[in-house]
Amino acid sequence: MGLVHPRVRGLNGEVKPPERPNADTLLADMRAVAERGDWVAFNRLFTFYGERVKAYLRHSGVDDAAAEDLTQDVFSVVWRRAGQFDPRQGALATWIFTIARNRRIDVLRRERRPAPDPTDPVLAPEAPIQGDAAVEAEEMKERIKSAVADLPPEQADLLRAFYFDDKTHVGIADEFGLPLGTVKSRLRLALAKLRVILGRER
Amino acid sequence: MNPSTLDELLLAHAAGRLPLPVDLLVASHLTLRPESRPAHAVFEQLGGALLEEIDPEPLDPKAFERLRDRLDRETGPEEAPAPPVEPSAGAPALPAPLLAYVPEGIGGLRWRRYGRIAEAVLDLGSPGFTTRLVRAEPGAALFRHTHEGLEATLVLEGAYRDGTGRYGPGDIELADGAVDHRPTAEPDAPCLCLTVTSAPLRLTGRFLRFLNPFVRL
Repeated sequence: MGLVHPRVRGLNGEVKPPERPNADTLLADMRAVAERGDWVAFNRLFTFYGERVKAYLRHSGVDDAAAEDLTQDVFSVVWRRAGQFDPRQGALATWIFTIARNRRIDVLRRERRPAPDPTDPVLAPEAPIQGDAAVEAEEMKERIKSAVADLPPEQADLLRAFYFDDKTHVGIADEFGLPLGTVKSRLRLALAKLRVILGRER
Repeated sequence: MNPSTLDELLLAHAAGRLPLPVDLLVASHLTLRPESRPAHAVFEQLGGALLEEIDPEPLDPKAFERLRDRLDRETGPEEAPAPPVEPSAGAPALPAPLLAYVPEGIGGLRWRRYGRIAEAVLDLGSPGFTTRLVRAEPGAALFRHTHEGLEATLVLEGAYRDGTGRYGPGDIELADGAVDHRPTAEPDAPCLCLTVTSAPLRLTGRFLRFLNPFVRL
């Protein structure tokens, strides 16, 4: 989609991307939002993740104004459900991703998504969460990130298209100028590599 | 089911790419099978990792102000949670993702009998897909059929076998047109399944083949 990364000028005049908040700062901000409705912390979260959520939503084919509105919807859920964020279940980025994904599905489908319900009496019990799971969830996300960076670029591109673009496999094949079978086999290869890199997380 | 195929389904669910009926089937599988949740969690984490690395798109400079105004207006929790649906007594408990579409439980559906099996079509409003609950008596054969598109089956209760193996609660079988299978409920208990087909089934039984052009399953 050729979106330009916003740039700021450094002290000696060179152009560099804005400072990226580290994961600890973002997690602390999230806690401040959950515990005391801290607007300053929420603004920082919105500034970092909002631009990414908007970019994600733009990939599903909605126009700029709609993507702005949907980003507002996503962060209003982030604000109101802040107390439900459990850092042991997954990274903060992952939690925001799932909210954005569900909002996007609602829009594409105009219906609600049949999410697994943790209060479901039929739900088979989960294994108890171990002590440092919160740290582990953020670390796992970082490991996955470097695993994606280590993939051959053509596999990583397909993975991104799979997650971001509202296209069928056929549509993805067209976009990349590849036969359908190649798209499927590259996705499978990427998946197999991720499993190996992640030490078979299953 | 082949573990790599299951992974692909879990990946597609985590990425939010599945059509509603298949989405529902995978969500129900995750409810019934905790061992699939770690892989699914990894695929959601992959979504989080990709989101952090996406090329950001600048927001309107007034976006945060607008959001704050909106949140100041909307006080209280976002929406009343849906009232829990009580499964009717004696009926098999359906996983919650499915129960949301069968609010009156399986007894409230319109069942049609075909010999020793019964079927109820669920209206999910998804064109191109047919979603049904199928209940087979112990030892009964589910329809013998082939299909042009995809057929996904999730076992909710009991178990069945076909030429490819045994499927018990929470198991998913994916079949495409290449598979001509004859699922049969195990002899000791009835078998309840959720099935999603992406094209009308083509009947292949000796007598049923004749009906094929006229029957819409």
